[in-house]
Amino acid sequence: MTRTFLGMPATAPQGVGQLRGEQSFPAAARQALADAQLRRNLGHATATIRAKSGAVIAEAPDWEELRAAGAAIKTDVLARLPELLEQLEARVTAAGGVVHWAADANEANRIVTDLVRATGSDRVIKVKSMATQEIGLNEALDAAGIIAVETDLAELIVQLGDDRPSHILVPAIHRNRAEIREIFLRAMPDVDPALTDEPAALAAAARRFLRQTFLTTPVAVSGANFAVAETGTLAVVESEGNGRMCLTLPETLITVMGVEKVVPTWRDLEVFLQLLPRASTGERMNPYTSMWTGVTPGDGPQAFHLVLLDNGRSAVLADEVGRQALHCIRCSACLNVCPVYERVGGHAYGSVYPGPIGAVLSPQLTGVADNASLPYASSLCGACYDACPVKINIPELLVHLRDQAPHPRAESAAMAAAAYTMDHPALYAAAQRATRLSRWAGRRGRGLPPPLSGWTAGRDLPEPPAETFREWWAKR
Amino acid sequence: MVGEAVSGREEVLSRLRAAVAGGSAPVPVPRAYRREGPIDLDLLVQRLTDYRARVHRVPEADVADTIAGILPTSATVVVPPQLPPAWLPATVTARTDDGLDNARIAAADGVVTAAAVAVVETGTVVLDGSPDQGRRVLSLLPDLHICVVRAAQVVAGVPQALARLAPHRPLTWISGPSATSDIELNRVEGVHGPRTLHVILLP
Amino acid sequence: MRIALFVTCLADTMFPEAAKATVRLLERLGHEVVFPEGQTCCGQMHVNTGYQAQAMPLVRRHVRTFDPYDVIVAPSGSCVGSVRHQHALVARRGGDERLASRAESVAGRTYELSELLVDVLGVTDVGAYFPHRVTYHPTCHSLRMLRVGDRPLRLLREVRGLDLVQLPAAEQCCGFGGTFAVKNADTSTAMLADKMRHVLATGADVCAAGDVSCLMHIGGGLSRLRTGVRTVHLAEILAATEAGGGPERRDELVVRT
Repeated sequence: MTRTFLGMPATAPQGVGQLRGEQSFPAAARQALADAQLRRNLGHATATIRAKSGAVIAEAPDWEELRAAGAAIKTDVLARLPELLEQLEARVTAAGGVVHWAADANEANRIVTDLVRATGSDRVIKVKSMATQEIGLNEALDAAGIIAVETDLAELIVQLGDDRPSHILVPAIHRNRAEIREIFLRAMPDVDPALTDEPAALAAAARRFLRQTFLTTPVAVSGANFAVAETGTLAVVESEGNGRMCLTLPETLITVMGVEKVVPTWRDLEVFLQLLPRASTGERMNPYTSMWTGVTPGDGPQAFHLVLLDNGRSAVLADEVGRQALHCIRCSACLNVCPVYERVGGHAYGSVYPGPIGAVLSPQLTGVADNASLPYASSLCGACYDACPVKINIPELLVHLRDQAPHPRAESAAMAAAAYTMDHPALYAAAQRATRLSRWAGRRGRGLPPPLSGWTAGRDLPEPPAETFREWWAKR
Repeated sequence: MVGEAVSGREEVLSRLRAAVAGGSAPVPVPRAYRREGPIDLDLLVQRLTDYRARVHRVPEADVADTIAGILPTSATVVVPPQLPPAWLPATVTARTDDGLDNARIAAADGVVTAAAVAVVETGTVVLDGSPDQGRRVLSLLPDLHICVVRAAQVVAGVPQALARLAPHRPLTWISGPSATSDIELNRVEGVHGPRTLHVILLP
Repeated sequence: MRIALFVTCLADTMFPEAAKATVRLLERLGHEVVFPEGQTCCGQMHVNTGYQAQAMPLVRRHVRTFDPYDVIVAPSGSCVGSVRHQHALVARRGGDERLASRAESVAGRTYELSELLVDVLGVTDVGAYFPHRVTYHPTCHSLRMLRVGDRPLRLLREVRGLDLVQLPAAEQCCGFGGTFAVKNADTSTAMLADKMRHVLATGADVCAAGDVSCLMHIGGGLSRLRTGVRTVHLAEILAATEAGGGPERRDELVVRT
């Protein structure tokens, strides 16, 4: 979508980044469902994380109060986002950082590419970041002759496997240990051929492989979990220490952050640092959280750039109902409890944001027409809403977006006819009789016509009863 | 590039202003969650241990002996500039960080630091770059980290920890050794950060 | 008590036994049941498929039809969920604030069957007799939209002769989801397969639930596989007594592709 009106909320541009799939959700899901290994891996991993997360959430007697606070802070942030971003910019700048503003993926990619070029390096190390995946930064850097090395273990597995991420937190969730071992043996230079599939051995292989890269690469690119407007402090939450490496060792640090990641005050972190680890990895606290404010002389990168990214967020913000999708803190709890995600995996959603949150975020970032099947990729079971640590009402958003989605003409006609019939009791009763007539009209033994045939492909439909309830009632 | 960045700024801000359409009243935040709690050192030990940190509860006079027991004789450790010298045993070689290069730090057998804060509920220690904790890289590259925490630095929960910390300092929150959940979503200790974490808890 | 029955279009047309059982049960407990004639459909299918504007007249009709009654019951968690969580929203989006507040008022008087029995009528032992091994699927909207909690189980535990067995992974969706089962038929079938696996693992003869829609879905799958396991609405179990009145045995389901 081109930017027709300067300064007005705009969706993310086409042709760059990873927010749009190549096929519709039902078609992609059909392929995924045929992969027994994928379903076993996902079933195992999501069951594991549900149990872990449930246990540590049960330990927190004030979980609901934390959720309420988290949701309110995010609502507040969105209501006064422009002023908070200006405050953040002022604090970061005062602390020695440089703030850049990117209206979309193309601008962000150009800004980061220029910054890397200015350092003279042809390689960057990266901390896992949804924002840079969203904008296709690695591809843009590659086109500029710059190698981007993903340092998160799961991202490394995806990168070495020439694969795509399928989960927000654990992008290689669709791979089991045996498959990871195979990928390492095939694609990791100088790997020990005796490598086993023990998770500890696989982690150690990644440690050996990346150590020199960490020590010799002068530029890192990260995302951010939180940015505090009041203090200019950035926070990255991680597990492995690859984040610390990237945030500490290079001379230049470039952080790309969606504008909605800002929080008003230092104190607000006390809410999110409790919500995020328990909801995401099911830990009381993740192994490492790094916080930095601008540049600290003598400690860590001496050049710090913060890139604030819109790329469709302004369009999401403009929808007063839809904007709650921007509350998301990328914990992936909604993926882990979603019965649809558990069976089809992340690739079926086409976007870097899979699962329930992806189904409401991606269509809003791109415009619903570009991801029209995603709002329907849910049975509206509501498990995601219960699991969300910042109380995003995902089922409500799905229904909201379905209302905006382009509808097939035949479906629209059928829905209009149904609504008309149901608003006229005499017609309605006649339609009920017609349903029953199908008993005698030879439907027996045949399925329903398309598009309803998908349902009868796997299930039997009951015979209509001899008498509707209202007929029975009338005879009483 | 600077000129374009400025125009990007105006573009993004005007889009966002149009999107919120003047609605800028602060939203009240209910903070009914716990902000106080008991400082239970036994629970801290339990939580640290749960995430595979090894905990030693000793009087301050015994820190050097404790470290001597952790590290093999003639091991090399890096230490921040103002680590209390009495904490270091004679059996190890200590290299004080006076601008050590990364290779030297990485080559050490371990690092000994103090801490700024420890959190009971989450089993977390926080370093803030003070002279007894040093640059962030010190506690990152060696494979073994010994962190000495005084009981007075222990707080009950995350809110109390943040209240004690200075935002402008570089902060590292550490909860157990480096770990990953990336393989089948099970926690595996030991990736890029120190694979062994000892916490020496003083009275 | 005078109770208005909101039969729901699906029960009315396809599963009248669940609605008849609701009537028999409430009358047996000494209450008067009335059936407001103007009712048709609550409009949930339209709202959930993305046709909120078309749902407006249905919301208006529902509110007009049920507004005169103090207590309204439906044998469906999903339709009560729509009345409670969607009607006012649809009215408000449609710009009809007055309808929205009337819809809220009606919603406040509308109960799912187990809510009505336990919370309003204060009974858990309804005097039922149902000598079968039963497993209960809680259905998503009863569980998460209405938060009926263990009310249905408390009712089932009091049924004489009933052997209640716990359904593994009970809280997981069966895969129906209204038009989801049509638009994403493959994923829906995969979810159903797991639900059926869990139902069969209980060794139950009967899978019960409070929604005929989910039961149609689960029952359709169980029938296709000729498992012999029946799906029965909660109301039919609670209406059954030693004197009879148990669920009619419906013949095998028949339509196949």
